[in-house]
Amino acid sequence: MLLAVLGVLLAALPAFAGNYLLSVATLILYLAFAGQAWNVMMGFAGQLSLGHSLYVGVAAYVAGGLFFHYGIGPWAGLWLAMLVCMLMGAAIGFLAFRFGISGVYFALLTIAFAEFTRIGFDHLGWTGGPGGMFLKVAQRDQIDLLNFRGPPAMYYYAMLVLAAGAFALCAWLLRSRAGYYWQAIRENEEAAQALGINTFRWKMIAMMISSAMTAVAGVFFAFYYNNLFPEQIFHISRSIEIILGPIIGGVGTLFGPILGAAVLTVLGDSITELLAAFGWEIPGIKQVFYGVVLLAVIMFLPHGIWPALARRLGISK
Amino acid sequence: MAWDLIANVVISGVLTGLVYGLMALGLSVIFGVVRVVNFAHGEMMTIAMYAAVVLFATLKLDPFLAIVPVALAFFAFGYAMQTALINPFITRPEHSQFMLLVAVAIIMVNGLLLAFGPNAMNVQTEYQLESFALGPLLFDKGRVYAAGAALAASGALFAFFRFTLTGKAIRACADNYLGAKVVGLNVKHLYALTFGVGSVCVAVAGCAMAILLEVTPQLGPGYTLLAFVIVIVGGLGSMGGALLGGVLIGVSEALAGLFIAPSAKSMFSFGLLILVLLFRPQGLLGRKS
Repeated sequence: MLLAVLGVLLAALPAFAGNYLLSVATLILYLAFAGQAWNVMMGFAGQLSLGHSLYVGVAAYVAGGLFFHYGIGPWAGLWLAMLVCMLMGAAIGFLAFRFGISGVYFALLTIAFAEFTRIGFDHLGWTGGPGGMFLKVAQRDQIDLLNFRGPPAMYYYAMLVLAAGAFALCAWLLRSRAGYYWQAIRENEEAAQALGINTFRWKMIAMMISSAMTAVAGVFFAFYYNNLFPEQIFHISRSIEIILGPIIGGVGTLFGPILGAAVLTVLGDSITELLAAFGWEIPGIKQVFYGVVLLAVIMFLPHGIWPALARRLGISK
Repeated sequence: MAWDLIANVVISGVLTGLVYGLMALGLSVIFGVVRVVNFAHGEMMTIAMYAAVVLFATLKLDPFLAIVPVALAFFAFGYAMQTALINPFITRPEHSQFMLLVAVAIIMVNGLLLAFGPNAMNVQTEYQLESFALGPLLFDKGRVYAAGAALAASGALFAFFRFTLTGKAIRACADNYLGAKVVGLNVKHLYALTFGVGSVCVAVAGCAMAILLEVTPQLGPGYTLLAFVIVIVGGLGSMGGALLGGVLIGVSEALAGLFIAPSAKSMFSFGLLILVLLFRPQGLLGRKS
């Protein structure tokens, strides 16, 4: 019931929201989508990746580069980007899991790959190097689905469909055989292995699904923002931005990443507005407040907002 | 290319690398004992650099003399941070600890931005422009002093862990948490001491670093990553490994800056990290766990 009301509200949003509100909503949905992708790996299978900006960036550059250089639209680029990211995820997963790297070491390995790639792209001529790559912003009033060009509402709906699709996929995955295997691995990998679960294989599958999903977010990023700089897109802050939502919302839950993305984005924007209203527009002050709130949430709600909220509302998570 | 140019670049890389090594030593000590990755490590060093710059600007205090007050302040700060923030997180999952320290790092970077603005600040002493000459080889005075301070601090740290009772108790906590508790060690206090000691490494490294480069609030995250790379390459928990890792990374950065492009320098560090993680995960001098 609640879900249906929310669905109708979200579908009708562009009818009454202005462009600013729509851009905030699109950003929330983008983060909710990417957060769900990360959640498959960390929340379900228990593998802490701190380098998801790698897949966002590579996918953005694959689809963006094809469009920029050869005029190949994002629909073809999307598949290639997903394939490339899935292979990269598989390669990193293979190396890490085969050599028995887990926990903090795995997290640092994912950062290392993202940083390595960031600096690599800074020196890659095909993508414009540090100067960036700019996709043509042809027009904003007509919907050109083939090239994914159109008004803000089109991007909003695209992201809404993607986020809803990711939610359905995650809900299905969590209740499938894979979901139970992953949760067993997350809780106790040795015990899972002793039960006969091929932990290597299922961790690989989690990694490939997660990286392919993140690739979709990356392609969206390229065609929504239209300018790509290695310094920004591969930066560790982009990974952190993806991770914050699920951790604040509730790692491993279905609603957590979505709720977390919404809470953090609204929080960030309202801090900006509030400080502007008081006239305190000093650089850095917004992030300090943001950091303090993050600190408070992580200290007092160790499992995230959603599990606490669900308990209060009497719904199962 | 002239060999003396290469030799001079290597020398400067080794000297800078020793300072890197000391910073990484702080991270290694903290992770080795407390088992929490300090994701705000580089940010803490940036604060120490600012402290050195401010003390120099206001009191004309040489950064190497500033080490004493800054190190004392950092010890207290580290002790307090472990007691108030990190001890409650010891048993929490890794992503939760990560979140906590990322929040601390965000506050630190932007607190510095708030206090000092985005522009670079530096220390200007006479000896920064001078150098010792040994035939065709040049040793920047600032770098030599910085490396000397780093070596002295590392030596003191080594002696502390080796010869004092407190140091032994901390090592006991790292080796066997439960056993340390059973024999009646106050583990929370020892953890806080460890974080304090790790912070002192950061403070000394920061004061020395203030001689070598300009400081901006944005330096922090890069140095956090650098410290991870060094610690993993050298071997976690190995004190000599951290220094060796620091020197290796310092030299590889310097050579990459010379032969390829200064902007590509950290690519080699991360490449080295990936190779070490895959083929020798315990690090160059680390013990197999």
